[in-house]
Amino acid sequence: MTTLTSAPSAGPELRKEVSGRRRRRPKYRLAPAILIAGAAILFALFFFWPGVLGLAYSLTDYRGYGDWDFVGLENYRGLIGDPEFYRALGRTMVYALFSVPLGYALALAMAVTITNPRARGKTPARIIFFLPWLVSPIVTGVIWRWMFGENFGFVNYMITSLGGERLSWSTNADLSLAVVVFASAWAGAAFNMLLFIAALSNVPISLYEAAELDGAGPWRKFRSITLPSIAPTSVLVILLLTLGQMKEFAMIQALNGGGPGTANRLMIQYIYETGFERAAMGYASAASMIFLVVLLALAFIQLMVSRRGKAKAW
Amino acid sequence: MVTDVTNRPRSGSASAKAAPPRRVISRWLTFRRSVLPTATLWVLVTLMGFPLLWFLLSSVKHPGELFSFPLTFFPREWSLDGYQRAWERLDFVQYFTNTLIVASVTTFLTVFLCAAAGYALAKYKNPWLAVFGLCILTMTMLPGEIMLNPMFVVVRDLGMYNSLWGVIMPSIVTPTGVFMFRQFFVSVPDELIDAARIDGARELSIFFRIMIPLAKPILLTLAVISFQWRWNDYIFPLIILSDPDRFTLQIALRTLIGAENIDWSILLAASVISMIPLVVIYLVFQRYITSSNLSAGLKD
Repeated sequence: MTTLTSAPSAGPELRKEVSGRRRRRPKYRLAPAILIAGAAILFALFFFWPGVLGLAYSLTDYRGYGDWDFVGLENYRGLIGDPEFYRALGRTMVYALFSVPLGYALALAMAVTITNPRARGKTPARIIFFLPWLVSPIVTGVIWRWMFGENFGFVNYMITSLGGERLSWSTNADLSLAVVVFASAWAGAAFNMLLFIAALSNVPISLYEAAELDGAGPWRKFRSITLPSIAPTSVLVILLLTLGQMKEFAMIQALNGGGPGTANRLMIQYIYETGFERAAMGYASAASMIFLVVLLALAFIQLMVSRRGKAKAW
Repeated sequence: MVTDVTNRPRSGSASAKAAPPRRVISRWLTFRRSVLPTATLWVLVTLMGFPLLWFLLSSVKHPGELFSFPLTFFPREWSLDGYQRAWERLDFVQYFTNTLIVASVTTFLTVFLCAAAGYALAKYKNPWLAVFGLCILTMTMLPGEIMLNPMFVVVRDLGMYNSLWGVIMPSIVTPTGVFMFRQFFVSVPDELIDAARIDGARELSIFFRIMIPLAKPILLTLAVISFQWRWNDYIFPLIILSDPDRFTLQIALRTLIGAENIDWSILLAASVISMIPLVVIYLVFQRYITSSNLSAGLKD
């Protein structure tokens, strides 16, 4: 049935398939049109139209209501000199930089241990691994805030019991972000674990047997066989994680509200607060557009790297 | 003696289980070999399970005990006081109803429209479909959250501000869903469709009568995932719903978090209550999630 064979690039695959189907007479026009009609209309209304509108608003001083004036690139010029914007963008990048590797490693570790035939108790483990996936971002925020409370939290209690100093998990900006990083890795691990499990089960077992004959240890086998074999899935997981972290909002909202102060305000929160609380929709839309370009660039870079990496791996 | 040389799933686990150890020494060897993997697994289980367990146990502690040092793992005095007050404080029946409506209507439409679109992308060929496929692909790269402000304006101008439809409509089409179905239908042989055509079946009835039943596993998987997404959605309900009677659960929880002094006893209990339906649904349908090949659609 469905197997995991290629990197998350539909481009070449789509093309290949189209050319393979050339022999089919292209006489069916109405049926596919009806089939995609619903999705296409919703796409146009709730993706394409907001995109165009956002681009248009970014050139105006629209406040979300009332009249607006065309201001040209004024919003963009403002953003370039806006330290708040840079801080949000920079913080989002820092957050992704730490949470993507952690999330990746955790999900992979879970997948590897749970597919190990010698491990015992896999059924309960699977259920427990999966529970965090059910927890909503808001509740995830609540749980981690509770664990890392400065005066009442379990973690600080453990630290002081072991003779350490209390850490200021909510008043120190960096520690506060660290908690968000832990929480996001915890919450997102199960889903990515599934992707890894599927990939791991497609690695030919003969490779491991051959390596075993050559005297390779478990770590060596993992590094030289497992990792290269699941490279396409790794790329996919990293891409999904990066995109997911870029739009983090709900969890951080419940965890520390972007605090202390506005130190950990990430991009979506910045866009939300600028657009709705400060009623500067034009300005917020300009920020959205810049962020959109950043995201596209990131996705593009990752796909390029993956394509090169794949050529090397095989 | 053939030993199980790999730490791999599938055939590895099969042979390990199928061949009962004949000698005591081999049983001991099996045990010794399984110590390290099992220990690693359970360290991870503890890491993943602990926050949740701590949270659950805290929610049944007596409010006075939450902040009394030294902290104890198990409650000294079990108490449902938090739950009772949370139930009084929030209109859970209303929020459950709203969230249930949003999550189930969206899920139904998502599954149906994504199946149709995925099928069209997999089995028909024309330039417009290729363009449509690319459009859906851009959705993966650019989450709708980025365009928060214009999205709000669009929903408002369509007259859906402060209505559950305003929350439902924008989140119906998901690229993940479309590609999951596309990937599945690509694997369905064309001969099946050709045979149906020869038998005189109309195009759309091929989709409804043959393809939908065939895709049932994918359908259920997407349904469970989609329900979870929508149940836990936060940002769109936040900007679109303003009337407390229309709030979904997550937005209602926010009113507890946003308070000046958080009442942890209520907040913990309310959070637990908000998760119950999803946990029940997951326990019923979990095999569709954990046994499915999710990467099928996501990899695009």
